Amino acid sequence: MQCERCHQAKATVHITDTVPEKTERHLCEDCAESEGVIVKHQHPTTNEVLQQFLKHKMAASGRDEIVCPKCSLSFHEFQLKGQLGCPHDYTVFREFLLPLIERAHEGRTRHIGKVPKTADEAIHRQTDLVRLRRELRDAVADENYERAAQVRDQIRTLEGA
Amino acid sequence: MNLDDLTRSTGEWLKGEGLMSDVVISSRIRLARNLAERPFLNTASESDQTEIYRCLANEVTAADDDAMFIDLDEVDAIDRELLVERNLISCQHAAARGSRGVSVSPGETRSLMINEEDHLRIQGLRSGFQLDAIWEEVDRADDAVAASLPMAFDSQFGYLTACPTNVGTGIRVSVMLHLPALRLTKEIERVARAARDMHLAVRGVHGEGTEAVGDLYQLSNQTTLGKTEREIIDSFSTAIIPRIVEYERAARDTLARKQPVRLDDKIWRAYGLLSNARRLSTGETHTLLSPLRMGIFMGRFTKFDVKRWNELFLFTQPAHLQKLHGVSMGERERAIARSDYLRDRLEN
Repeated sequence: MQCERCHQAKATVHITDTVPEKTERHLCEDCAESEGVIVKHQHPTTNEVLQQFLKHKMAASGRDEIVCPKCSLSFHEFQLKGQLGCPHDYTVFREFLLPLIERAHEGRTRHIGKVPKTADEAIHRQTDLVRLRRELRDAVADENYERAAQVRDQIRTLEGA
Repeated sequence: MNLDDLTRSTGEWLKGEGLMSDVVISSRIRLARNLAERPFLNTASESDQTEIYRCLANEVTAADDDAMFIDLDEVDAIDRELLVERNLISCQHAAARGSRGVSVSPGETRSLMINEEDHLRIQGLRSGFQLDAIWEEVDRADDAVAASLPMAFDSQFGYLTACPTNVGTGIRVSVMLHLPALRLTKEIERVARAARDMHLAVRGVHGEGTEAVGDLYQLSNQTTLGKTEREIIDSFSTAIIPRIVEYERAARDTLARKQPVRLDDKIWRAYGLLSNARRLSTGETHTLLSPLRMGIFMGRFTKFDVKRWNELFLFTQPAHLQKLHGVSMGERERAIARSDYLRDRLEN
């Protein structure tokens, strides 16, 4: 079948439109692309590959050079020693630490355990809510609806507080 | 109470009491804590470290009058090693430098390590399987210190620790198990693999990087974030430990039924060596003591009880042996002194 647009090349792209009414079109690859129907796959040039590589490399080295303003530890130093320099590092390196923390703790990234008694009431409530929502999910998954109802009530009370 | 008093008893964790003590030697819980707004030890200057030490030492000693406080920078290497052998401090804490110390409660059930990997590590240690009692004690000690000293805490990550693998609850629950029958029946690797599949670490007696000598294995949690302390403790109490204890007991029963001669030969051959040898290393001693402990609990070895076994286990370790003799000794001298001690204790 010939391309119905250029009437020269072989039609390899077949389009069926159903809206507003059923119509069929048969185009060659070049015409289909010029009409914006398809985007021909293009292999990136070596230059583009190199650009991408350098961009990635720069991002990585940029990460390594991030330094905590409080303790002066760089992310690179952390990677070498495996030890952070101060509590503030968890804020400064947060986005880079997250995947590592996730891997180390069975995919979990949110604390639901003990909170210091002296911490703000809001932190206590927030942590309790995260824990209860998980308990609710588990209770429903176990089909323990009695427990689920209890947990749901606890959540409502806390949310109302 | 001072350090020399320690050498007059076997301490808490080696009492041979508590639940499932035929298999569970001891249970331990430790919490990692750091002071808010202070550098972790990795980047702390000498003066930072001293300041953190002073701050925590004051608080810890004020909170616990009866406890013995030891400035680890002041005492000699043998005393530090003695504390390691009694599981009151870690090898790293003993070997580190600068201002650091430990507070030890009477009966040695609780130790608070200052400037270990984190500013404060609160440890509870008891004989047999007693995680609930330990958690109560450790939780209380944590509240007492945190009442006046704000700890580094983040609403998402929880308690902030020097190493992100401890972040969250900062809790490490470890249970030390004696599994000679599972090793003899070659099932130990299967058990260790199953434990690893449950995200547990399996290590030797003195924790990280140490070998399982004397069939003693330490199981501990690796996940510290996204679970409550109670959930972590309960996973040991309800699922992990009772199951392994049952496996070990079943393996002991199988050995007694199917290979009684092999079992008795193992026990009595070990006794023969311990009571006759003229030179013994700590490793060999602990390897030989292992079948005797199993023999005691199986009623197949009646020469002495578990209390005596605990003494032999503890006092044949290098620092304890040197403390008993009151002199510093090299490895060769210790090997001779150890066998002399054993022959003397086993004859009487």
